[in-house]
Amino acid sequence: MVAPPLAPATHQVKTMSEKIPVTVLTGYLGAGKTTLLNRILTEDHGKKFAVIVNEFGEAGIDGDLVVGADEEVFEMNNGCICCTVRGDLIRILDGLMKRKGKFDAIIVETTGLADPAPVAQTFFVDQDVGDATKLDAVVTVTDAKWLQERLKDAPEAKNQIAFADVIVLNKVDLVTAEELADVETAIRAINPYAKLHKTTRCELPIENLLDRNAFDLDRILDIEPDFLESGHHHHHSDDVRSMSFTIPGDVDPEKFMPWINDISQAQGPNILRSKGILAFKDEPRRFVFQGVHMILDGDLQRDWKAGEKRESRLVFIGRDLDPNELRKGFEACAA
Amino acid sequence: MNTIPKPVSLREHVVPVEAGEHVVGAQWLKQTLALALSDGRVLRWTDGQIDSVEAHRGGLLCATGDGERLVSGGDDGRVVATSAAGEPVEVAVDPKRRWIDAVALSASGSIAWNTGKSVHARDDKGKVKSFDFATTPQGLVFAPKGYRLAIGQMNGVSLWYPNTEAAPEFLEWKGSHLDVVWSQDGRFVVSSMQENALHGWRLGDKPSHMRMTGYPAKPRSLSWSHDGLWLASSGADAAIVWPFQGDGPQGKAPRECGARHAKVTRVAFHPKALVLAVGYDDGCVLMIRLTDASELLVRPPLRGSGITAFAWDKGGKRLAFGAEDGAAGVLTLPAG
Repeated sequence: MVAPPLAPATHQVKTMSEKIPVTVLTGYLGAGKTTLLNRILTEDHGKKFAVIVNEFGEAGIDGDLVVGADEEVFEMNNGCICCTVRGDLIRILDGLMKRKGKFDAIIVETTGLADPAPVAQTFFVDQDVGDATKLDAVVTVTDAKWLQERLKDAPEAKNQIAFADVIVLNKVDLVTAEELADVETAIRAINPYAKLHKTTRCELPIENLLDRNAFDLDRILDIEPDFLESGHHHHHSDDVRSMSFTIPGDVDPEKFMPWINDISQAQGPNILRSKGILAFKDEPRRFVFQGVHMILDGDLQRDWKAGEKRESRLVFIGRDLDPNELRKGFEACAA
Repeated sequence: MNTIPKPVSLREHVVPVEAGEHVVGAQWLKQTLALALSDGRVLRWTDGQIDSVEAHRGGLLCATGDGERLVSGGDDGRVVATSAAGEPVEVAVDPKRRWIDAVALSASGSIAWNTGKSVHARDDKGKVKSFDFATTPQGLVFAPKGYRLAIGQMNGVSLWYPNTEAAPEFLEWKGSHLDVVWSQDGRFVVSSMQENALHGWRLGDKPSHMRMTGYPAKPRSLSWSHDGLWLASSGADAAIVWPFQGDGPQGKAPRECGARHAKVTRVAFHPKALVLAVGYDDGCVLMIRLTDASELLVRPPLRGSGITAFAWDKGGKRLAFGAEDGAAGVLTLPAG
């Protein structure tokens, strides 16, 4: 048995809006994660949170439900080697779901050294968790002053950037304009798709962090990079990078589906995130998918609008991926 | 009898109980029904008379019972025993107030619970032994005889004698083991798994494996028949009942009882007969006789009121059920 192949979802217990949104908060040690968490919890927004923290007692918060977690990652015994999930998270969410109505949203704080993938995958692999909650976004807090160093010596820091839907580039007051431009370029080389917010002491409106629906297929409206790279820049150690491929027309689903399933099986461990919006031959609706490692989630979505250009586009963020091979494979799926 | 009677409804024999919160567990304490509720309370119902006590300051995560007391664990890091009358009694408290989401009781009154990666066992004299495991202990169950525990964990089930210094025996099987049950004759240990399966071991010098797979969901509710020959499980659109005669279910097909377009969430065998109570995620409750598969309706489907708890009283005359929306009820079987 392998990871579930990409197929339109047939089983829907709750609609997306009934599910409790979960925000995953990552960030390397000292970047300002706890500051951001405290900001989210203390701001007057009228929401009640259940917060799953890795260091119990680290954040002193009144009125919210705070739960200590122990980051127990395990590999599912389903033949899928990168199908790792957080066992403690499954148990905690199971316990929290018995108290539905007591909170509006869940925040999962991970340790600075944590790989975000098992957290994200938990929401796709465990059916009970997926039925009751939805992953809203991965928010990564990063440090303008030290990120460049961390990218050199800490693969976790790179993973956290690569995985992010929202990046809070904190402590911008501690660097010069040139240093800031450099660090931003370094982030964009890894992940040009995340929303990036530059902050001091993590000051930003929390609407920028919550209710992002980053994993909701209906909300993947476009996958244009948030940041258009201009000109050339040089990176010599960028083993984690993003790449996108476009076919200016339709693809043949009979070719594309087996190909994308094969790619995610064969290269799943190296693919951190993937997204795609595709025009299938003779199909009036857009096919949208997104993935985390080997786990793909896709469905036919709304119709292509009149005047909207039917094209097929894929994005991969990953480590040691061969863009030429991926491009060739994808282009062979053209209808 | 040459006619098959039309499935009868037992609905008029059900008395509703308004619990008000998600029912985590149900236990009969002689004539009193105790419902463990997710908000930390234990609600006690005695023939329509209701009172409730606060067992936990916060969420109540798990509950079990021995006919005398309901023992619960909570997110306040406490193990609490609640009897049919009087205030709840604290059995143990974790100094770090970590969640306790598994508790077990033995026939002789010993209590076991988990915190973090440890299991603690308190014998009937009050002496507590603890053991630190490599991975988080999940389900806990005492052996039917002797002071021994089975502990569901990552990649297997540990068998631990709390009163000996010996390292626990580890029954290895890859995957995450959740709930654990032990057969009354002590021969079989069965766990439910994250991977939508049951896994069993026939104990002995060389424990042999029993794989019970094919569930569409995690089989989180398990119940032995009174004669120990059947193990019923949830996790599918019917109750899946495995035969444990002889060497166990390996290579045999299970019985499927009460197939409906809903997922079975709880199962509970009658304490004296081959009759199975089956609860579904759509709120329906059926009672099914294994011998002829005849079905009786106990509760019709009710949206948002999935069944979360069952308890038969000792004599098998009353069945209590609880649901995720705080509804509950007591069925009294008609005489005759």
